[in-house]
This record gives sequence, C-alpha cells and structure tokens, in this order.
Amino acid sequence: MLKFVLKRLIGAIPVLWIIATLTFFMIRLAPGGPFDQDKNLPPDIMKNIEAKYHLDEPLPQQYTRYMKSLLRLDLGPSFKYANRTVNDIIAAAFPVSAELALWALMFALLVGVGAGTVASLHPGTWKDHSAMGLAMAGVCTPNFVLGPVLVLVFSLWLGWLPVAGWYGAADRILPAITLGAIYAAYVARLTRGGMLEILRQDFIRTARAKGLPESQVIIRHAFRGGLLPTVTFLGPAIAGIVTGSLVVELIFDIPGLGRFFVQSALNRDYTMVMGTALFYAVLIIFMNILVDIAYACLDPRVRYD
Amino acid sequence: MALLEVEDLKVHFHTRHGVVKAVDGVSFSLNQGDVLGIVGESGSGKSVACLSLLGLVPSPPARVAGRALLNGQDLLGLDGDRLRQIRGRKISVIFQEPMTSLNPYLKIGAQLMEVLTTHERIPAADARSRSEAMLGRVGIPDPGIRMDQYPHQFSGGMRQRVMIAMALLAKPDVLVADEPTTALDVTIQAQILELIRDLQRELGMAVILISHAMGVVAEMSAQILVMYAGRIVERGAPADLFRKPLHPYTRALMDSMPAPTDGGSAAERQGCRERPVAGRRKRLAAIPGTPPDPANLPAGCPFAPRCPYVLDICRKTDPEERPAPENSGRTFRCHVDI
Amino acid sequence: MIERGESLWMDARRRLFQNRAAVFGLAVVCVLVALAIFTPYLAPYDYDRQDLALGAAAPSAAHPFGTDSLGRDLLTRMLYGSRISLLVGFLATLVSMGIGVTYGAVSGYLGGRTDGILMRTVDILYALPFIFFVIILMVYFGRSLVNLFIALGCIQWLTMARIVRGQVISLKQKEFVEAAVAMGVSTPSIVFRHLVPNVLGPIIVYATLTVPTVMLEEAFISFLGLGVQPPMSSWGLLMSDGVKHLELEPWLILFPGFFLSLTLFSLNFLGDGLRDALDPRYRSD
Repeated sequence: MLKFVLKRLIGAIPVLWIIATLTFFMIRLAPGGPFDQDKNLPPDIMKNIEAKYHLDEPLPQQYTRYMKSLLRLDLGPSFKYANRTVNDIIAAAFPVSAELALWALMFALLVGVGAGTVASLHPGTWKDHSAMGLAMAGVCTPNFVLGPVLVLVFSLWLGWLPVAGWYGAADRILPAITLGAIYAAYVARLTRGGMLEILRQDFIRTARAKGLPESQVIIRHAFRGGLLPTVTFLGPAIAGIVTGSLVVELIFDIPGLGRFFVQSALNRDYTMVMGTALFYAVLIIFMNILVDIAYACLDPRVRYD
Repeated sequence: MALLEVEDLKVHFHTRHGVVKAVDGVSFSLNQGDVLGIVGESGSGKSVACLSLLGLVPSPPARVAGRALLNGQDLLGLDGDRLRQIRGRKISVIFQEPMTSLNPYLKIGAQLMEVLTTHERIPAADARSRSEAMLGRVGIPDPGIRMDQYPHQFSGGMRQRVMIAMALLAKPDVLVADEPTTALDVTIQAQILELIRDLQRELGMAVILISHAMGVVAEMSAQILVMYAGRIVERGAPADLFRKPLHPYTRALMDSMPAPTDGGSAAERQGCRERPVAGRRKRLAAIPGTPPDPANLPAGCPFAPRCPYVLDICRKTDPEERPAPENSGRTFRCHVDI
Repeated sequence: MIERGESLWMDARRRLFQNRAAVFGLAVVCVLVALAIFTPYLAPYDYDRQDLALGAAAPSAAHPFGTDSLGRDLLTRMLYGSRISLLVGFLATLVSMGIGVTYGAVSGYLGGRTDGILMRTVDILYALPFIFFVIILMVYFGRSLVNLFIALGCIQWLTMARIVRGQVISLKQKEFVEAAVAMGVSTPSIVFRHLVPNVLGPIIVYATLTVPTVMLEEAFISFLGLGVQPPMSSWGLLMSDGVKHLELEPWLILFPGFFLSLTLFSLNFLGDGLRDALDPRYRSD
C-alpha cells in the first residue's frame, strides 16, 4: 500500500517538471513584455523593473532561478498586483475556493448518490424516471445558465437567498448548488448504473438470505461495489469543480482564486496566470492520486503494483 | 407437529406475456432432523418454492399465496422485519454459485460475523471466535488467517464451505441447500455433500436439498419430491422411488442416470460420486422435448407432450395427486399406472 | 464487403429512427443548423445595429426576444451567435478528430513501446485541467475565433485517441490487414486507408458527443470574456452580458440559456442514440 502511494507520487514528479518548464517558457516567451501595456515608462524605470524581476538575466539563468524558487514553493511576484506575490494571493483566495468546492462536492455526492440509489432500488418506476429525467436536465444545463436562473428565482423573485457575496451561511447555498448540480447529475447516473449492476449480483441475495436489514444490505454490501464507478468519476469531478469555480465565483462575486485567475488572464498578469494554473495542476494531480488510493481501498481485487 | 408445514404454495409471476405459474399448489411437510430432497429440471420451480418461503423472490412481480407454517407460525403472513429475523437464524440458505454468492468487497470474517451480530446482538469478539470455530468445523485450515482474507483468495470448494459455515452459524432449524454442489468439481461435490450430511446429524437440523440430479438427492434424503412445471408429480422414499417410479417423469429421470441403482444405500453413496455430472449431461438427451413454457402451459397434464405413456385423457384433464396403491405415504400425479 | 457495409449502415439508421429521443435531438439540431446557415436572410436586424434610444426593452412584437442595453435585438444576436457557437462546435470537433484519430491509430497500429509511451502521455494529459490551457492560449495568442477553436480542438482529442487505438488494436489482427502488409502496402496507407475507415462508427459517435462538449467550453470561455469578443456574439457572450443585467432584464439570460441547454440536450440525445444504433455493445441499459 505504501509502495503504491510512493509509486504514484514519484510518477507525478516528471509531470510536474514538464508543466513547470512549460510554465516558465510561456511566461518568458510571451509576445511583448509584461509591462508593455504600462506605456510611457521612462527607460531607466523600465530597467529597474526588469532588474527587480530578473528579466535582464540570460534565459538559462532565469530558468534555474525559477525552478529553484518553485522547489521552495515560491511562485514569484505578481506582475500586476504591486508588492504581492502569487503565493500571497493564492494563500488568501484559495481557502475560499476550497470551501466552495467542498460544499459543491458534498452537494453533488449527497444528492447524486441519494437519487441514484433510490432510482436503482425502484427501476422503471416514477421515482426512477423523475430522478433520471432531472439528471439528464442537470447534465445539459451549464453552471453559467443554472446560476443566473437560480439567482433570478430564489433571490430576485422569491427573495429567500442573497444574490451574491460570501459572508454568511446563506451565501454558500446557491453557489454550491450551481457548482455541484451537474456533478450531482453525473453521480446520480453513475450510481444508478453501478447499483443496478451490483443489486442483481448473487451476493446481494446471500446478504438478504442472512436476514440482514435492507439498510445493511444496501450500505454494507451494495455500496462498496456499486459506488466504484462514482469513485472513479471523483477525479474528473474535482477537476471540473475547480474549473467551474471560475464562472461561479464570477456570477456570485466570491473572492476566490478562480476570480483572481480570470482577472489575471484578462489583465495579462503572466506570473499570476501561470502560477495559478500550475497550482491548480498540482492540486488536481494530487486529488487524482487520492482518488486512486480510495479506489484501491474499496476494491480488494486491485493489486497495488 | 411438523417443523415446517407448507400448504398449497403458489408463486405466480404477473408479466406482460401472461401469468407465469412458477410454483402452483405445492404442499409438503418437514420434521425436525429430516432431510427432504427436491428434484426437477431447471425451471421446475424447486428453488422458487423454497426461496419464496423466505421472501427472497422479488415481489412484485411475484405473488405468493398459500401457507407455510414454521413451528406453527405462517411465514407468508409475516411482515418484512419479522421475516428477516427468520432468515439466517431459523432458516438458512446455501446457494448454487459459491463463486458469486460471497461479497467480493468484504472480508470473509466480516461476512460471517454479521450473521451473529445481526441475529444475536453479541460482542464482536464473541462473534469472531464463533465464526472462526465454525470455519474450522467446515474444514477450512488456518481459520484465523482465512477470516481476514477476501473471497477471491478462496477456491470454489472453499467458498462453498464458507457459505455452509455462514448458513450454520446461527444454528438454524432448517437448512435449504439449493444445488449446493452443481458448480463444483466432481471430487469436491462428494466432500461438500458429506460435510452437509455430517453437520446435519451433528446439529440435528432439518435440510431441504434441492438438485436436478436424482443421485445427489437420493443419497441423503429420507423423502424425495419430484417437481415438474411448478407442481409435485411424485413423492416417496428414495428406495421406493428407485424400485418402482410411479410417474413417467420420475422414470425418465431415473433412466437418464448412468447406472441404475437397486436402492442399496452403500451402492448409492458410491454411485453418487460420479452421477451428478454425468447424469446432468445425459439427462437432457434422455428425456425427449423441453420443459413447457411456464407462461403457456398445455391443457391437461403438463408432461403430456413429452410423455411416452400419454393417453387421450392426459391432454384434457390435469391429474390429481393420488396415493400409490401399494405403499402408504407415497403419492403421484398421473392418470396412467405404469 | 460493400453489401455488408450497406446493410450495416441501414440497420443502424433503422435503429436510430426507432429511438424517439434521438430523433427529437436530430430534428432540433437540423433546425438549428438551418437557422444558422440562413441567418443573414432570417435575422430581422443587423447584429450590431444599436438603438440607444430604445435601450433594453422587454420582448415585444418588434423584438420577440427583447433588446439589450444598447438596444440591439436579442433574437438577431442569438441567431448570429448560433452561427459562431455551432461553427466553433463543429470546427473544433474536426480539429480534435484529426488529432485524436491520427494519434490513436498510429499508437494502436505501431504497438509496443511507442504505444506505451503515447498512451502514458494521454493518461498524464487526462489528469490536467485543460480549460486552463485554453485560457492561457487565449491570453497569449489573442482572443480570436481561430485561436479559440484550435485551442478547444487541441484539448478534446484524448478520448477519441483512446477509442480509435482500442479499435485499431482489435482490427489489426484481421486478415485484410495482414493481406495488405503481405502485399507491401506502406504503413501510413494501411493505417489511414484500411484501418481508419473501419472504425468510422465509433469515430462518428464520439465526434457527435464532442460537439456539445466543445460548444459548452466555447460558451464557458466567452462567458469569462476570454473568447468571442463584442460586437460579435456567441451564446456564451450573450449569457455573460445577461448576468450583468439579471435583475431588470432577465430575458437577456433566459433566452440564450434556454436555447443553449436545448442544443446541448439535443446533441447529447443524438449522440447517445447514434451510439446505441452503431454499436449495440455500448447500450446503456
């Protein structure tokens, strides 16, 4: 088990190196310097700025410097937010995004697994059809359509929930649903499929024949195998939730990393864009490793090599 | 009073293509410590009959009617919760497929222990030691280590032993063994049957042994029910059945066995080791035709289209169950005296 | 060979037309494509014609879907937007098909170490959040339409490559390939003239399912302001405009949102239907 984890971690190193190298060259080879848009800067000030960001050094030297700083987990200064490093910004904004993502994931899993399980226990009934119809609608409704519609209905028309912001508990509800809905839909479909497959297995009949209560049959015996497809989907789902947070943070005016990323992209703040993308890539790679480990724990037939 | 008294059991599936009468008016009784054999082709309703007693036949689409008294208590009238307390504790089941009947995602020990923790509310440590002891009793070496392994680490025969251990943990009054040896190698089959017989004597429980192979059933049972198309066509002691089958279907089953036995119990036991597999292979060829479509039974006797002794009356009227002329306790369901 | 091929396609068509959801999807897609093609004749106004005096107006007879804050007709802008959205959807899918089919076919046909390295690369790329890559490309190379569909095409080829590779591996053992090898046909010719045409079914199915994915991504990027730029319009761009005026002009978000969802819905139904029709093995139930 430990070997399996180590192997996955070591396997991630070359990937990280490639991403970091690409990151560096994209920052340095960007058409036009990062400060070209700040017109009318006197040449000596320009020189000072370049020296400050080491842009006057030869490329190989810059590369080693960047790599060394990455090893220290230092993503460098932001080109646009004066006196703030990318690390500062991530440290300030990421917890907000992480909280949002967590709520969204919880919503997706609770609703998705719940609806999928109910549908699989009553296949072909109205419960199944309505759950799966909703899931199909969910899969085809992008978060930037769902979000505004939810705001329109629950905030503007009914007045139940706040329109935007990130202060109290009520502010979490609509963003989490908006971000999680599509994954709830996917999870529901996967759960239904997985559970239907498992529920017709002989060992479920054995469990019933033992006299286990139906809840035990489902939780102890069916979920283990029935939720494996859902667990496999968690990797893409986490990546998708991270991506989706760009839009959701914009719609609901949430001070998370996604909003900073989009703002930096619009501002051409190269270090910020690349640093954040690198951070997201690392995050998602590690999440995928975690998901693989969870999968291996659930299915004893998976060998660790 | 009998331990289990089944009266006029009917299991009908209401499907789009009509009503499938999987079990149609089956009655039998089982005394404490008895072994009852049920024989018939696949689809004859023998498994459905037994599983329906425990509520293990999905309903709907199935509709179960009749009475099934276990110690005087009607199982068919019980609600889900009460019936659950019967399953695994009063009546246990061993299934045909040991390879798929154990949960691949749970350790063997956990699957054994949950029988005890569900039915007896005993501490986990006690459940573990009893499970381990039972694993040892069914002939699994190193039970302490085996408890923490997963089903894929066991062979087919070993898994069937685990199934037996699981079924017997709560010391049930009745064990339903549904084709317990069909999926196993010939050599293992004999071992498993022997194990079931030994444990049956040791624990004094009643066993319902279901098989399509006459040899398997004949060796162990005090009484045999022959089922065809959802009803019992003949019942009697194995020795009587072998000496003189009264129903043409029973005779066909006998004829399809490799070496006819004359009823000696030692000879039976010997024969049994080869018979199940060989008998299965030849039987299909030996009985002409196929079992009738249960959704569309012919008028009259359902065996008539395949029966070598068929009379005109057979195609018109379904025969009633009647006692055998010479022997009290034997019955059969045929117009013809063969 | 030809006869068998024909009956195979006819069989697939029969199955497709028996699937009501797929037929519905196909009908909606056909109508949308027709509307997009004939937009210049159908649109009631010019897509950038402003009517500042009118401003944002609710749906009326003159403007069935209402107007935006600059007084531009929403129906017109949606019609023109559908051209961009569908164009990006189809072109980016073509780009992704080109890359994915080539990559998968080469990997599957060559096999061995090459296959191992190529597929390991795909595994690694799978783990990365590619929409970030698209955003970065748009930041660096400018927010133009061409860049957008190339960038989107570049990230959607992974699954296509896997599917084609699997099919090619199972096909390359077949006699007709061995015969071609024996006759001395060159490797590229074997791959593209003998193998690829035989995996057309799965390619079509997956391409149909790629179109809605790409359209969704285009809308996503444009919603963020990094894709299609005004005064051009795409559904994503209209949505982002609508969000800003959610409270007072909800029609600006409801119409584009509804039609975007409807399109995605239809394309997914059609893709599922095609999958069931062309490859019964993948049947979902």
